[in-house]
Amino acid sequence: MIAQTLFDRLWSTHEVLRRDDGASLLWVDRHLVHEGSHHAFGKLAARKLPVARPDLTIAVSDHYVPTRDRHEGGANDTIRRMITTLAQNAGAHGIRHFGLFDPRQGIVHVTGPEQGLTLPGLMVVCGDSHTSTHGAFGAYAFGIGATEVAHVLATQTLWQVRPKQMRLTFTGALPLGVTAKDMALHWIAKLGSDGARGHVVEYAGSAVEKLTMEERMTLCNLSIEGGAKCGIIAPDETTITYVKGRPFAPKGDDWQSALNAWSKLRTDPDAQFDREFEIDAGTIAPTVTWGIVPEQAAPISSRVPLNASVEALHYMGLKRGDMLAGLPIDEVFIGSCTNARIEDLRAAAAVLSGRKAKVPGTVSAGSMLVKRMAEAEGLDRTFIDAGLDWVDAGCSMCVGMNGDQVASGQRCASTTNRNFRGRQGPGARTHLMSPAMAAAAAVTGKLTDVRDLVPEGAIHKVGAA
Amino acid sequence: MAGWTAHTGQAVALPMAGIDTDQLLPARFMSTPRGEGYGHFLLYDMRFGEDGEPRPAFPLNKYSDVSIIVAGRNFGGGSSREAAVYGLVDYGVRAVIAPSFGDIFASNAVNNGLLPAAVTDADSEALLASLGEGARKLTVSLDTCQIQMGDRAVPFALDPVWRTKLLEGWDDIDLTASHAATISAFTQRDQSERSWAYLRAQGDEPR
Repeated sequence: MIAQTLFDRLWSTHEVLRRDDGASLLWVDRHLVHEGSHHAFGKLAARKLPVARPDLTIAVSDHYVPTRDRHEGGANDTIRRMITTLAQNAGAHGIRHFGLFDPRQGIVHVTGPEQGLTLPGLMVVCGDSHTSTHGAFGAYAFGIGATEVAHVLATQTLWQVRPKQMRLTFTGALPLGVTAKDMALHWIAKLGSDGARGHVVEYAGSAVEKLTMEERMTLCNLSIEGGAKCGIIAPDETTITYVKGRPFAPKGDDWQSALNAWSKLRTDPDAQFDREFEIDAGTIAPTVTWGIVPEQAAPISSRVPLNASVEALHYMGLKRGDMLAGLPIDEVFIGSCTNARIEDLRAAAAVLSGRKAKVPGTVSAGSMLVKRMAEAEGLDRTFIDAGLDWVDAGCSMCVGMNGDQVASGQRCASTTNRNFRGRQGPGARTHLMSPAMAAAAAVTGKLTDVRDLVPEGAIHKVGAA
Repeated sequence: MAGWTAHTGQAVALPMAGIDTDQLLPARFMSTPRGEGYGHFLLYDMRFGEDGEPRPAFPLNKYSDVSIIVAGRNFGGGSSREAAVYGLVDYGVRAVIAPSFGDIFASNAVNNGLLPAAVTDADSEALLASLGEGARKLTVSLDTCQIQMGDRAVPFALDPVWRTKLLEGWDDIDLTASHAATISAFTQRDQSERSWAYLRAQGDEPR
């Protein structure tokens, strides 16, 4: 038998048919939609088509939802219309909807896994590029555009050309205080924002195996920032322990047959990849971005590169050779589908505990269930006592669509995924980093190596090790 | 969507790398219904100053009838927003020529009849240099997968599946409907083999 990769197995399970020209029609197990899917519902309405499988379609309100004064339903009429349109479309088509006032509402890439809707071996699509998050479970999960969303709504299938495959092996172990966010920014800085373009990336190696599910989600979430089609990690005991007992996870006989199917989801030892890279996890340091694309990232102890692009320097208000550590910031944002799960909030709180933030900031949990869990643990008190705003769940200041924005010219230490120009608001200057690093920046008011702030005995609380 | 085989039009250079979809179509415009048109929002923060006035030096403000854009590597990376393609198409752009494209952007482009023509780094640099800050007529041909500029022909790469789709102007939903029997047979078998992967209907679930 020919050796197979994890991805080969996922692909063949979902291939309904293959055309002579090489395009394959794939079956979709979970289709996640959000307020931004209005274009696709509009296309469906224009053709008077029903949703083929409302049972496999899940709507979550996240991109436009207010994180403050939720009872008002949105920051303005346009935003309120976006939120109610999703509720109407979900209602009209009989689609499950985690809406504005559902206690399970959250960012779609937090809610899906949290509810057990995301499982190993599934194909998951959503009109959002960070759908790559779900690959952490060994699912084939990627973002699609509105025309494709309409196609999936109408047929529960998607035409795809088979992507190439790349394996990224992280050997060794992460140093204390270094996180999955740093692993991601590190590889993207090495290979570039389009380094994995056209490829599925399988993350492997001892440092990946040691990651918790939440850390794996952070790593897979950022796959798209390296240009990858998606990221995947083979499911193991960590995965199964996370999934078991979640509301929508299989039960009884289905659970047993799922376990049997999932045990086969791995890459054979002699399977071939189109490209292979190996990174020693022990060489990774806390990493921050200094520019306007995620590849413009460097260890906190370094300087803005001497060959930095003029465009990036001009937008970010930096000079070549500027030290990254010590760069004053105006604001902090802890949130997003990248880094707003409970472990992220715990890591940030461990740094902020008993301290005051020197700059204003916002902490937005990834879901309302994460928010409640954090409150039960008293993390909310830590953030509030430090002087930060503790707000409801949504995409919030990662993309600014709900009105939560960074003002023009302001510098924000952010746990989000994109430092693109204008991403957090027109003229906003974004520095991406881990939750612990963002918390450290809040405490000192400047970019700071979290390892200088937290005693060695407590550093295990801020990152994998 | 109508198929097409060749297009001749005015081309300008946007020589920077990594023009992401947040630049192509800033998020704050995405709640606009498609029927109102997205052309005005294209590259909004590059075309217009904070005061809303056009930046006179920006190529799309200097020349009026642009339908081809030549750009740097990794054009359209980032967000999956198809609105980035709506901005280009509604503005009148028919082809973007660059060394590489974001995967989701390229797929969205083809779904809207917009050609993402991938050229080599060397050809990209030559095209950008010869356009400079000016504009000139180019022809892109799906027939030959070539860009014609004066007497110079530059090849571009395009997945054969996408090429056919642009040529034929296929609608995927109609195409898929013709395979309904195959899909139905697949799901019957799959649902019995992978019952764990399916969900109960709404309202019929444990809470």
